[in-house]
Formats: sequence, C-alpha cells, structure tokens
Amino acid sequence: MNEPLIRVEGISKKFTGRDGAVTTVFEDLHFSVDPGEFVCLIGHSGCGKTTILNVLSGLEQSSSGYVFVGGREVSGPSLDRAVIFQSHALMPWLTVMGNIAFAVSSRWPEWSREKVREHSQKYIDLVNLTGSEKKRPAELSGGMKQRVGIARALSIQPKMLLMDEPFSALDALTRGVLQEEVLRICAETRQTVFMITHDVDEAILLADKIILMTNGPYAKVAEIVVNTMPRSRTRHDLHKHPHYYRIRNHLIDFLVDRSKAFAGDSASHDPRHPPLVAPGLDPAEAAALPAAGKPLVAVK
Amino acid sequence: MNRLMSWRAPVLSLAFFLLLVGVWHALTLPKSAQQTVDSEYAALVGAAAATGQKSAFPAPAEVGAKIVEHLKEPFYDRGPNDKGIGIQLGYSVARVLLGYLLAALVAIPVGFLIGMSPTVYRALDPYIQVLKPISPLAWMPLALFTLKDSSVSAIFVIFICSLWPMLINTAFGVASVRREWLNVARTLEVGSVRTAFRVILPAAAPTIMTGMRISIGIAWLVIVAAEMLVGGTGIGYFVWNEWNNLSITNILTAILAIGVVGMLLDLMLARLTRLVTFPE
Repeated sequence: MNEPLIRVEGISKKFTGRDGAVTTVFEDLHFSVDPGEFVCLIGHSGCGKTTILNVLSGLEQSSSGYVFVGGREVSGPSLDRAVIFQSHALMPWLTVMGNIAFAVSSRWPEWSREKVREHSQKYIDLVNLTGSEKKRPAELSGGMKQRVGIARALSIQPKMLLMDEPFSALDALTRGVLQEEVLRICAETRQTVFMITHDVDEAILLADKIILMTNGPYAKVAEIVVNTMPRSRTRHDLHKHPHYYRIRNHLIDFLVDRSKAFAGDSASHDPRHPPLVAPGLDPAEAAALPAAGKPLVAVK
Repeated sequence: MNRLMSWRAPVLSLAFFLLLVGVWHALTLPKSAQQTVDSEYAALVGAAAATGQKSAFPAPAEVGAKIVEHLKEPFYDRGPNDKGIGIQLGYSVARVLLGYLLAALVAIPVGFLIGMSPTVYRALDPYIQVLKPISPLAWMPLALFTLKDSSVSAIFVIFICSLWPMLINTAFGVASVRREWLNVARTLEVGSVRTAFRVILPAAAPTIMTGMRISIGIAWLVIVAAEMLVGGTGIGYFVWNEWNNLSITNILTAILAIGVVGMLLDLMLARLTRLVTFPE
C-alpha cells in the first residue's frame, strides 16, 4: 500500500466555555485518505464535522494530535488543499471570472494576465459555466454559485479537495445534477477528495470510503464503510445494484441507532484502527476476499 | 398608465412649489398705504419708508431677481466685502474638500488598522466615543490658539468633524468582513497586503463610503458656522456679512445656494458609493 495522502493521528478538539467548562467535541480520531480516493465523513450535527475539515485544511488547530499531508505535518492553510465551502464563499464584488482568476493568480503569481484568464476559462468550461464568465455571484442560482466554488477549488490544481457539505443548501434536483458533475470531474482528474455530508445517498454515490462518526461530545470514528460498488456507478443505476440497499441500510441503522449507543461497545473498539466494514458484500462474497491486507469485516 | 404615473410626482412637486411661492407672495404683499407720520416728514423720507407699506421680508419676485443677478455674474470681485456668490461658494467648497480629504487620509488607514485588531479597537473605543460627540466648533478656539491662522483653523474644524464618521465606519466595515472570505484568502495563501487590498478593502468599501457620505454632509453643515466665526471669505461669511447689511434677499439666495451645493456633494458621494456597492 502506498503512503496515504492524508494521515490523521489522534486529533481532538476541546472548547473552553465562558464558565471555564471544557467541552470535548471529538477525540482520538485516526483515519487516512489515499491518493485518488473519495472519502466521505458522515455524522450528526454536533460531532464536529466542520471542525475536522477545518483542521485538515489548516484553518483551525486541533487541541491535540497531528495531521500529515504527503508525509508533512499540517501547520496552516495551503494551496495543496483547496476548500469548497458550504456557503460557496464567493466574493460578490468579483465576476465569475474574477473569482477564479483571483485563486489562479494566488497560485501562480508570476503568470501573465492572459495566461491566468486562459487557465481560469478552462475550469469555467469544466463546470459547464461557459457564457457566465462576466456575471456576478448575485446573478447566479445557488447551483451555479457552487459550480463556481468547485471551479475555483479545482483551478489551483490542489493535491486534495476538501468539501464541507457543498450541496446541502441546494434543492434536490440541482444537488443530483451537481453530484453527477463532481463524479465526472473526479473520474477525469483522479482528484483526491474528502467530503463532509449528512446525506446517505450522496455518500454512497460519491464515496469509496465512508467514515462514520458517533454523536458528540466525545465523538469518535465508529467504523469505516467500504463502498463495494463499482466506481462507474451513476445516479440512475445506483439503486439497482445488489450492494446498494445493504450499504444504505447499514448507514441508516448507524445514524438512527448506533451512533448514539456506540459509546457502549467501546471495550473492543480500537480508535487507532477503526473497523473497516463492507456491508455491501454478502457473507459468501466476503469470505472469498483475500484475508491479507486490511481487515474486512462484513457486518450483517 | 405607467407614463402617467411617472408624471405625478414632478407635477405634485411643481404644485407644492407654486403653493409655497404663492403663500410667500401673499404674506409679503404691501399693506394698505396708510400714512402713519407727518406728511412733511413723509415727503422727506419717501412714501415707502413713511407708510411701512413694503414688507421688510422680500417678496419671491425680489429674491428671484436677486438669484438671476447672482447667476449672471457669480464670480465678480469688488474688494474684500463684495465678492460674487460663486467665489464665496468656491472658497467654502475648497475648505471642505481640503479638510475632508485630509480627514480621509487619516481616517481610512487608521480605521483599517483599528478594524483589523479587536484589541486596538477596544483600546481606542473610549477615546473615539468621547471625541465624537464634541461639536466641531468647540475646537475652534483651540485651533485658533495653536494654529494661529483663521483659515487653517476652519480647515482643521472640517477635518475634525469629518474624521469620526469615516473612522468609525472604516473600522466597523473592516471588522465585519465575512469570515469565509478571509478563509478563502487564507486557503489560497494570499499575503496580508494582498488580502487587505483585494479582499478586505472591496468587502468594506460600501461601509467606508457610507461613512464618507455622512462626513461630507456634516462638513458642509459645519463650514457655514465656521466661516461665520473666522470671517473673510466663504459662503458662511457671506451670510453673516449680508445679515450685517440687512439684505434678507441675499441671505435667502445664499441659503438656497448652500442647499443646492450640499445636495450636489451628497449626490457625488452617492454615485461613488454605488460604484463600489455589490449585490449580495
């Protein structure tokens, strides 16, 4: 196995309230993201999902633990890790082109104006916004704004894309279209992505690995679900695959019941090696897999 | 229908104007010529003075004629106490702009720094809160004493009164730049100078411009009073001089001119504000 692109080792986050009481949002998290992998993190609100993403991006510091990117410890924000914000975070005084060009010229300050424009145009085309270059964010729909956010993040050619519930503010139809778009772009660019979501179907469609978080405070990684469906899955044929409902039921069972009660069965739980499960496989399929390498526990 | 509607407001405006002028005209009509003094005395001083038939307050027609007269020759200069209204307004506008621009040069960078640091913000806040409500004219004696020049003192008074709204608005605008825009800049590893000019400044620009618009309004209010005190030139001095001449007609003309210039200044700043405002 290659060195993972991102390795998270025992990070925790504590907040001190006004009365001096310390709240531990999450603690002792361990997980990793391999190059080219699409990893989703699911959990209820309050388990510190956004904080985890901010720690990975370097915008926030964890209270303890380390994050390594390509073997080097994260000490602050970097152009290696582009963030797509939930609220799109476009600068309203700039046009679509201006927003992307701002990112491009930050990445390559020595580039000529013409080269920056050309490069930006490529990414505007990639997210199907050709023709809207001169529009201001206020003139765009929610879905189009998020497309600009995606184009801006991709335009700096980061090693890693960090997405914080990027589609949660969109209506269902737009969300579906954008999810397919992200799927297409990731297939084209082999982009490594870490995404936070609370939408089970979104996770199953996009992710190769789904990290399940228990409820906060003291949130942990409960287990890591491997998506055993082929990467060529689309929104249209997803639910026809035999693994789909098994994975989906597993995730929903977790979110509804087990995420609360998880603290109970922590005796056998090793936070350093959260169990890797493949609920999509039936026992026979699971048994047929090579036992070598990582443990693969099929939970029925 | 729509075209008809769009005409309503101007027509109503005109109606109000005519009503106002009409009432004014009626109130200043000559009273019945009743001789109140001895007829020989009346012959000496002239009928008008003797009967008091003519109101001391000028009629609209006289003011109108005066305005036309001023407009015909706004820039004449016949010695220190007889300059055209255009020249006087020019002096006032020049003083206002000078004091105002100096204030902007100080307030915007300082406000920027205050807004960037919550600690500095809290440290300087008590000073700003105490200095802000001081009437700018209260500074006048102090300015005259230290600067020893009435013209410079007037500019100083404009400076000090335009300073606070710009300072406070700049600090507020900079302090309330949305966190997410700063985070975007941080994830793009944008340096602090570039962040200041490319992110914070455009984000805070509408708030800064609002402060500048408030300031120019206050500066124009204050210049009239300041010039009444320092004298010499300017529209405030003109009003005071005409009061000493008891020329109500000229005072009314000046009042109207002050209003029009103030409106133009505000209009200019409103235009500039629109240039930097962005729809969210």
